[in-house]
Amino acid sequence: MKLSMASSPHNHSQKSVRSLMITVICACIPGILTQAYFFGFGVLIQLVIALVTASAVEAAILKLRNKPILPALNDGSAWLTAVLLAISIPPLAPWWITVIGIIFAIAMVKQLYGGLGFNIFNPAMGAYVLLLIAFPVQMTSWMPAEQLLTTAIPLSDQLALIFTQMNGTGLTLDDVRVNADGVTMATPLDAIKTAVSQNYTVSEAMLGMQFSDYAGIGWQWVNVAYLLGGIYLIKTKVINWHIPVSLIATLAICSAIGYIVSPGTQAGSAFHLFSGATMLGAFFIATDPVSACTTDKGRLIFGAAIGLLIYLIRHFGGYPDAVAFAVLLMNMAVPLIEHYTQPRTYGHGAKK
Amino acid sequence: MDTLLEQIERGTLWQFPGGIHPPQQKTLSNHKPIARLALPSKLVLPLKQHIGANGQLIVNKGQHVLKGQALTQPSGNWSLPIHAPTSGEITDIAPMPSAHPSALPELSIILTPDGEDTWAELTPTSNIEQLSHHALIELIHNAGIAGMGGAGFPTYIKADSQRPVEFFIVNGVECEPYITADDMLMREHAEQIVQGIEIMQHLLTPTITIIGIEDNKPEAVEALQLASQHNSNIIVRAIPTVYPSGGEKQLIKVLTSQEVPSGGIPADIGVLVQNVGTLFAISEAVFKGKPLIERVVTVTGSTITDARNVWALIGTEIKHLLDSQGFEPVDAQRVVMGGPMMGFTLPTVRIPVVKTTNCILAPDNSELAHAGEEKACIRCSACADVCPQTLLPQQLQWFAKGKEYDKLESYNLFDCIECGACSYVCPSEIPLVQYYRVAKAEIREQKIEQINAERAKVRFEARKARLEQEQEERKNRHSRSSSRSAKPAAEKAKVADALSRVAQKQGEQSAVQAAIERAKAKKMADGSLAPDNSEMMQEREKRKEQARQYKAQKQNDDTPSDSKTAVAAAIARAKAKKAAQLAESDALTETKSTDTKTNEADPRKASVAAAIARAKAKKAAKLEQNDDAEEQAQTSDSLTDTPAEPDPRKAAVAAAIARAKAKKAAKLEQNDDAEELAQTSVIDTPAEPDPDPRKAVVAAAIARAKAKKAAKLEQSNDAEELAQTSDSVTDTPAEPDPDPRKAAVAAAIARAKAKKAAKLEQSNDAEELAQTSDSVIDTPAEPDPDPRKAAVAAAIARAKAKKAAKLEQSNDAEELAQTSDSVIDTPAEPDPDPRKAAVAAAIARAKAKKAAKLEQSNDAEELAQTSDSVIDTPAEPDPDPRKAAVAAAIARAKAKKAAKLEQSNDAEELAQTSDSVIDTPAEPDPDPRKAAVAAAIARAKAKKAAKLEQSNDAEELAQTSDSVIDTPAEPDPDPRKAAVAAAIARAKAKKAAKLEQSNDAEELAQTSDSVTDTPAEPDPDPRKAAVAAAIARAKAKKAAKLEQSNDAEELAQTSDSVTDTPAEPDPDPRKAAVAAAIARAKAKKKLKEQKGNDPS
Repeated sequence: MKLSMASSPHNHSQKSVRSLMITVICACIPGILTQAYFFGFGVLIQLVIALVTASAVEAAILKLRNKPILPALNDGSAWLTAVLLAISIPPLAPWWITVIGIIFAIAMVKQLYGGLGFNIFNPAMGAYVLLLIAFPVQMTSWMPAEQLLTTAIPLSDQLALIFTQMNGTGLTLDDVRVNADGVTMATPLDAIKTAVSQNYTVSEAMLGMQFSDYAGIGWQWVNVAYLLGGIYLIKTKVINWHIPVSLIATLAICSAIGYIVSPGTQAGSAFHLFSGATMLGAFFIATDPVSACTTDKGRLIFGAAIGLLIYLIRHFGGYPDAVAFAVLLMNMAVPLIEHYTQPRTYGHGAKK
Repeated sequence: MDTLLEQIERGTLWQFPGGIHPPQQKTLSNHKPIARLALPSKLVLPLKQHIGANGQLIVNKGQHVLKGQALTQPSGNWSLPIHAPTSGEITDIAPMPSAHPSALPELSIILTPDGEDTWAELTPTSNIEQLSHHALIELIHNAGIAGMGGAGFPTYIKADSQRPVEFFIVNGVECEPYITADDMLMREHAEQIVQGIEIMQHLLTPTITIIGIEDNKPEAVEALQLASQHNSNIIVRAIPTVYPSGGEKQLIKVLTSQEVPSGGIPADIGVLVQNVGTLFAISEAVFKGKPLIERVVTVTGSTITDARNVWALIGTEIKHLLDSQGFEPVDAQRVVMGGPMMGFTLPTVRIPVVKTTNCILAPDNSELAHAGEEKACIRCSACADVCPQTLLPQQLQWFAKGKEYDKLESYNLFDCIECGACSYVCPSEIPLVQYYRVAKAEIREQKIEQINAERAKVRFEARKARLEQEQEERKNRHSRSSSRSAKPAAEKAKVADALSRVAQKQGEQSAVQAAIERAKAKKMADGSLAPDNSEMMQEREKRKEQARQYKAQKQNDDTPSDSKTAVAAAIARAKAKKAAQLAESDALTETKSTDTKTNEADPRKASVAAAIARAKAKKAAKLEQNDDAEEQAQTSDSLTDTPAEPDPRKAAVAAAIARAKAKKAAKLEQNDDAEELAQTSVIDTPAEPDPDPRKAVVAAAIARAKAKKAAKLEQSNDAEELAQTSDSVTDTPAEPDPDPRKAAVAAAIARAKAKKAAKLEQSNDAEELAQTSDSVIDTPAEPDPDPRKAAVAAAIARAKAKKAAKLEQSNDAEELAQTSDSVIDTPAEPDPDPRKAAVAAAIARAKAKKAAKLEQSNDAEELAQTSDSVIDTPAEPDPDPRKAAVAAAIARAKAKKAAKLEQSNDAEELAQTSDSVIDTPAEPDPDPRKAAVAAAIARAKAKKAAKLEQSNDAEELAQTSDSVIDTPAEPDPDPRKAAVAAAIARAKAKKAAKLEQSNDAEELAQTSDSVTDTPAEPDPDPRKAAVAAAIARAKAKKAAKLEQSNDAEELAQTSDSVTDTPAEPDPDPRKAAVAAAIARAKAKKKLKEQKGNDPS
């Protein structure tokens, strides 16, 4: 009888890269749905564009690299990148913003470094930063929450805006963004920054209609949704708790200190935690395994540093949000952090 | 704060980091009692089933054994006996596939049960208190008990621990999925296990004994609690189920919070762990006297219809187990010995159960899926999260793939227990454990290599020191050998005396002359760094003068002269030695000459002159750091002169050999030495003045020069120059006379040998060995009416030079040059019918070898060789012309160049040349005589072995064997014959250079030559000249052996024997006997040693 030979162990947890990626994508669903609810279907359209583009680009690059296409496509990493980028850009941004971003993320940030597992930067955030710098107008043209609009924008208009940059009646996105009062609605983070720069106090700024009691209307719920998704990921052990917890804790502490020191110019912790991409960044972006730290201590440092950077950039920097910058900056520090955070191996330095 | 002991007693448990929870699958097999298998049809019992050495076989094939009878006995080194699991006959003892992933065959006893299952006599112990500690240990030892948890460590070693044991831990964890053997054993045999524990408590007296059992085995926990409740020193602890809590280190951590230091053993922290199965076996051995012949094995997996635990006799084939429990194999069936996490797949089911076999797992493909394809690591660090040793498996994996061994070690690869948890969770399905195993093996191998390299370096240093010493010694020996040369000279004098007496009897006269010249020059230059050239100049002047005289004499000889004059034998020897040594210098010079003369009424005579001149100059100049140039020139000249007789015969010959040899060695920095050796010997034999002029014998001149020069430079310099010239001049005059005889020949052999090895950097040593042995035989013939023959001259020269230079690690340059020349000269007879002139055979060979090896791939070699041979054969004008013999010239040149580079190069050079020349003249004449032949055999053999770093070896073997046979026959009434000359020259050079790490290069060169020569003489007037047989042998052997206990030996031997048997039956005897000259040079050099001892 011919027996099959194999190296131990002979059992496997049946976890796979694909299952990890799919789980992460699934954990995004509450956030995506919330986003769609508050900001329109644009996010779904962007998702479709991103997923299609990502698959095509990934396949094309793999072909150029003479690598098997299907296994790599199947691992879902390109889709995850597409999802993360799609939900990061304004829902009604022109289609080519998404396409350019995905091409850059997959081709440059990921595949040029050697593909999955070899990229040092988070692909979605790399692309986001590229877009933010190259197309600042499009990348900051967030619609106010639909609830704040006098009239909801129909799906056909959203499609038209994305693909032709004009709606059915010939209005541009900027025109559409002007609400009934004739005021262009900025995002809450943007609004605060602008207000503070104009010597309003934060509490004055937060009287704006896009604010709720704690954070921005719509935005806070989106963040809550991502928080739930993140908790699910920790539960299913897809991610470790270290990075999100240290990130959120650091951001909360820093903003709390800032608020205590200067309540007039600084928003409180709640605002920071539930504004912008805080929760998305903490649970979905910063925890990207490839580009994050792998040691427990390192993860704590990594997350804390991102939290600190987010706070610093939001408060002192020129951009309203800072997750992408903070993550990319810390991606660069990963090897250094890991080098100094090797855990103590069993039997080493053990007490006699 | 509670003490540790208090905490333990209170039930505190600790945690190790990581761990996984694979599906348990234990219920497959843990709900049925342990079954007993039917007796298998055969049992295969590997002699080695544990960690340690085999026991010694004490049974034979065909022997009948009883159940429990020992089949092997322990023989030290952790060896354990094995026992017959049942009664039966030993049908074979042969290697069989072993219970190891490789299944490499292991010597096994094959036992065919007789079905009786008859026990041997057992000696149970009822009370262990009666047994001494030692007796108890012996009992455990002789029961063949090894750790039954998996590793198979001999239990008696652990039981005999010399260190205090604080915590004795009983491992009943059994954390691997599927396996329930320990579980079932604990449930069914808790009492025996506790008995075993108590035996160990008796032996080790631990503070406390803790039984650790995973909490998924509540029945076992309960059973042991019940069984141990009488013993307050035993604590039973249920620990959380997590793989790999059954690992020794993890269990210690969980139960005691302690960690075994990296690279240490539990005893380092006062802990000792034993598996429950082992304790059961101890109890059985002590209280029932039963050795370890069976164990519980879990047979499980989805392809087994009746999965359960069975008592399996050690040696039962897995096939029997599977078949007994109903085995339904699937495609690509795997059969795992051990559990799914750490077990190994079996290549065949014909593998026996051994003492460590706890489970046979035959899963189908859905319960344990085959591994998928490895994908890229996404650095998810799931592996690090589950690692019970807190390693960073994903980092280790990167380093293992990149072969960054330093990094692997700094990331504590060797703390990996290969539990497989990381591989289990890896989403990319990377076979991490496999990478670690391979990396560990490679690192271990690398370490062994490093150790070997270190050792080789030490050896090399030792050898270098030794060779230096040797060289020193050799220099001393040269001094001694010159004093020894007096002896051969004395022998020669005796021969000459004898010859002269014969001549006197015959009433002939001749003048005798003895000229002895001696020159002795000694020069000691002490402490002078500069070479002294003035002496050289003087010598050169002298030489020139001699050459001029020689020319003049030759001219005179051409004119007819009165009777004869005997000749003069002039022996000049000059020996100059110059040793300049910084510390010491010796010079010894000696010259000696002998000569004899005979002169008689009946001119016969001829005596001989043997002139041997030798010059030996040695100069060793050793300077420290960069100095010196040496030059040495030597010349030895010999002149021979043979006057002729009224009947013009001949003029003999002159042989002039001039040699010049210049050597210059410039050695720089540190440890240079240059040696030069030059030797020359000249022999000269005058002929007789008789009415019947005969011949003039010949002159044989052999000059040899040997120059060796070793220049060693620091770091990659070496300049070598080799110049060799060998000239031989032979000159044979013919005779105008009615009875012309012949002129014999001249054989000149010149040899030059130059060797130069330059070895560089650190640890160079150059050896030079030069040997020369020359023998010259000269036999004058007789003037008689019936002239017969002239015997022969056999000259054998040998030169042997050896040089071994070994450089630092793996360099060696060898040079071997050998020359062997033999010259034979056989004159024919003076008969009315002129015969012939025999031949001259000149063989010159030069062989130069030069191997220069530099560090790192440099080598420059130059080899120049010249071999010239000149043969000259005169013919006869006579009516009855006979023949002219032949000349055989063989020249050989051999050049070898081996350049060896760093790391793993080896160059071999083999050059062989074998030449044989045979020459057989025939004679048409009524009185044919013949000229015999000359056989020249030259052989050169060079070997060069250079072995380089790490396991390179280069061997070179060169062999040449030549044989020349020459057999003349004589039909004639007056046949005479000339016998032959057989010359054999052999040169053998061996050089073995052995380098780093167990290299050895051997070179063997052998040459055997045989020359046979059988003359026969039917004649009334037989005369004969016997022959000269000259055998020269040179044998040089050099073996250099390194590694521990290296010894390098050099053996050079030369044995020469020359036989000469003249016979003269005749009324007119002629005769001249012969001269036998034997020269032997033997040089032996033996160096043995390690680190600088030196015999001699």
